[in-house]
Amino acid sequence: MIETRGFVWLRRVVLTVIAIFVAVPLYVIVTTAVKPLEDVRGVFTWWPSTITFEPFLDIWGTVPLLEYFRNSLIVTVLATAGSVVLAVLAAYAVSRFRFRGRRAFSLVVLSTQMFPGILFLLPLFLIFVQIQRTIGLQLNGSYLGLVITYMTFTLPVSIWMLTGYFQAIPHELEEASMIDGTGRMGALLRVLVPVAKPGIIAVAVYCFINSWGEVLFASVLTSNETRTLPIGLQAYASSNVVLWNELMAASIVVSLPVLIGFVAVQRHLVAGLAAGAVK
Amino acid sequence: MTRITDAPAQAAPPPAPTHEKPRPSLLAGNRLAYVLIAPAVIAELLIHIVPMLLGLWVAFTRLTQINIRNWTQAPFVGLDNFRAGLDPNGPIGSQLYTSFFRTTVYVIIVLGACWALGIASAVFLSSKVKGRAFLRTFFLIPWAMPAYVGTIAWAFMFNQRDGMINKILVDDLGLLDERPFWLIGDNSFFVLIIASIWQMWPFAFLMLLAAMQSIPGDVFEAASLDGASLWRQFRSLILPMIRPTNIVLLLVMGLFLFNQFSIPYVLFGRNSPEQARLISPLIYEHSFVNWNFGLGSAVSALLLVVLFVASLFYIHLVMPRKNDDD
Amino acid sequence: MKKKIAVRIVVASTAVAALALSGCSGGDDSGDGGSLTYWATNMSPTIEQDEDVLKEHLAGFTEETGIEVEYEVVPWGDYYNKILTAVSSGEGPDVLNIGNTWSVTLQETGSFMPFDDDALEAIGGGDRFVETALESAGKPDETPTFVPLYSNVYSLFYKPSLFEAAGLTEPPKTYEQFLDYGRQLTLDTDGDGAIDQWGTSVPGASVQVSSHWAFILGQQEGADWFTDDGKPQVDSEGMVKAVHTYVNQINSIAAPSDAEITEGAGAVQDFIDGKSAMIIVQSPMAQFAQFDFTDWEVAEVPVLEGGENIQSMVAGINIGVFSETDQKDDSLELVKYLTSDEEQVGLNSQFSTLPVVTAAYDDPSLEEADPTIPVREVILSEHSKPFPLFSATGQAETLLGTAVVTLIGQAAVSGSVSEADVSAALADVQSQLEAAG
Repeated sequence: MIETRGFVWLRRVVLTVIAIFVAVPLYVIVTTAVKPLEDVRGVFTWWPSTITFEPFLDIWGTVPLLEYFRNSLIVTVLATAGSVVLAVLAAYAVSRFRFRGRRAFSLVVLSTQMFPGILFLLPLFLIFVQIQRTIGLQLNGSYLGLVITYMTFTLPVSIWMLTGYFQAIPHELEEASMIDGTGRMGALLRVLVPVAKPGIIAVAVYCFINSWGEVLFASVLTSNETRTLPIGLQAYASSNVVLWNELMAASIVVSLPVLIGFVAVQRHLVAGLAAGAVK
Repeated sequence: MTRITDAPAQAAPPPAPTHEKPRPSLLAGNRLAYVLIAPAVIAELLIHIVPMLLGLWVAFTRLTQINIRNWTQAPFVGLDNFRAGLDPNGPIGSQLYTSFFRTTVYVIIVLGACWALGIASAVFLSSKVKGRAFLRTFFLIPWAMPAYVGTIAWAFMFNQRDGMINKILVDDLGLLDERPFWLIGDNSFFVLIIASIWQMWPFAFLMLLAAMQSIPGDVFEAASLDGASLWRQFRSLILPMIRPTNIVLLLVMGLFLFNQFSIPYVLFGRNSPEQARLISPLIYEHSFVNWNFGLGSAVSALLLVVLFVASLFYIHLVMPRKNDDD
Repeated sequence: MKKKIAVRIVVASTAVAALALSGCSGGDDSGDGGSLTYWATNMSPTIEQDEDVLKEHLAGFTEETGIEVEYEVVPWGDYYNKILTAVSSGEGPDVLNIGNTWSVTLQETGSFMPFDDDALEAIGGGDRFVETALESAGKPDETPTFVPLYSNVYSLFYKPSLFEAAGLTEPPKTYEQFLDYGRQLTLDTDGDGAIDQWGTSVPGASVQVSSHWAFILGQQEGADWFTDDGKPQVDSEGMVKAVHTYVNQINSIAAPSDAEITEGAGAVQDFIDGKSAMIIVQSPMAQFAQFDFTDWEVAEVPVLEGGENIQSMVAGINIGVFSETDQKDDSLELVKYLTSDEEQVGLNSQFSTLPVVTAAYDDPSLEEADPTIPVREVILSEHSKPFPLFSATGQAETLLGTAVVTLIGQAAVSGSVSEADVSAALADVQSQLEAAG
């Protein structure tokens, strides 16, 4: 767009307002995390009376944060990996083959987005119980149960995104590879996947973010040993005095992996979405 | 190879998929296609479909905390739960309709605001602005962060006695004499909306930014040369070109917001104040707080039906010939 | 052919990964070999403190019997859900504490081992227990599935210094006096125009505490939650009056911001911090000690004039054995240990609760550790009643508690609540209880 003076001025104002809106809670989180406990027991203060990093040390003791971290990491990484793999396979099939049920598939994908999570929270729990009783595979309170659940949540949108992306990649690429004798799977792995990297990264980030912050199913499907961060964080609020400074410090620690990863892949993310979203 | 590999990644995202004539070599191995989607389908069946069907079955039974131990033998009560759920005079039914209405209003407001913020940021950050890269990343932080972190911060800020908002309004600016309640009472709906917008708008921003990138730059040059005003350019150029993204975005976000559970749960705990009770927390309260699963499932099923019908309607309206390459 | 191999590899590795991951659950809950799984309730201000106490006492148990115990202290907010999850899945601990108000509801699920005569013998005999405590363990004419572990009652705590300053010589005896004193003690102490000291503090957002008071004040008004055959009647005139009285503390003698306090400990903290002059609560002494707070005295709970002298419900913790356990004898050993006379003295002094066995009260070290014992023992044995012993009690507790919390929110925002408002809210709860059957 050609930038008139009015445009530039408008842009500056709007962006500043939005930036402030975004920044305020972040400011609160960061400053509260470095306040001593007395500061957070009374009325809010703009600036800490003394800046202390003690909360960042205390959080590991008040609550087994390290364990929760480990659990969240295991579950999220595995769910993301699983989702990406399954989505790549499925998206390849949907984008390359004509088969009956393809349109139904798209509709099914769309309809999963409208499921209220709580509708199948209890049934899922009960099914897991039955599976455990009949074939002895423990899904409640184990990593596997949560991994499968998270993987499946993000699957529909992942497949949708990747299908769009794959469809835009010309068939000639794989054909050339198959003529060279790599077979279809080889073509997929060696040709499509590298080309579709931005889209795959977009899918991976989407899965990671969704799984890392999921609350509802984690509250029911985890046991003491497999408790993930979202549920664990609530423990800072259950002592007699809500330990706000520790809670905020823990929140920062919990957000870091996602934020760091995000910054790293941000460019690819936009490119990936650009191709996948515009179908 | 490199030539071709680079092209798709760099070029402006390709337009709608090319309509290709099917070639024999691609059609062969249809079986492979089924094998490839099998894992995804199995996962979907296990986690989404079967539980949902089971949930529907539960909706027709009386399943409470007393008989949950032997849930397979829960008594079949036909449409009782549905009737109880829909009866406008019953305690649950009356809450249901108001909650449904309230959730609709919530979705409209939050979706509208998110879209507005998203498109404004996308448009402004598409041009070469100083600090563009930083702002793009910065704006995405609320969405990238785990949802509960931001929401907890808002709860902290809106605390009646000690929170930042009241401190500013009453102590610092003297705008009000008394400290209003934000997390209970009428204002709770407002807080729910603010916290939701803050957390969700970056997703709209992200999608719209991606869509903006697909608009070739010379389109604008031509328009400006023609003397089109900014607003005109926006309305007649940008909006139509990002329409596909808009359609998808509004539908996906709308559905997600309608089913919103985690933000009210973190803000208000297990019992939302009446003025801010969305439909998912309401169902949760009936299922897991009052342990009346039959009723909770029945209402969830109704919710699903409503959303399904609404989505079909929407799709027909805005995408008359969806997936025409089927 | 490469495709087929690829597929086989994928399937095989998935299966292996699946089995590995399902095993990686940190062990299943019912323990393996000789170790018992024990779920404990949160008794102290922090979970950490509970863990320290339990570690010590359970080490003694292991020494005596050779049985290992894996314990978990569970925060109150989720505990009921956690238990019901265990009940519905059949996967739970061996031994567990419960809030005693849940006894009958949980008894009916059939998931807990009945304490028949043999079992009672195994833990040392049923007549050792304080009668009112034992009464609260289950339905009157049925074999109980829990036995008492810790008892507690509400009592009044007040600041002598503030009473003196206001010219009050004795703690309030009637509820009307309580309100009156409360008003006198609601002051603006630093002259800035805003009230900073209130008569009392209440955890206005706590569903459980609110439900307790819906019961206690209801009892004083002669209103029972259920008829003798278990039908709910929570919208009676007495209940309306009771709830109306309780809720209107907000804004008259309790700060409106109390409507956002979710835990009893939060209200106690305000009391310690000088924000109120009196508080009616179960056992704040550990918290007082933690913050070096000494300006307090204990007294009996003020009762509505002309009402029944019921000052508290029999609060407390019961303990039981999960019926799916495969270590029944070991579990009973643990119960016996925890309810033994010495352990009762030790545990209850550390948790500031009341022993459930009569012999413990003869031990002088008990009163040394806790000077509130004489007053509270009297309340427990003479002025308290068990929570309603019906299966719908658990649900009623939640529904009534939530209704009261909502009303408190209303009072905080709009100043006060009318009897009509209360009546409407209770009628709502009544129909929900009737609908649930």
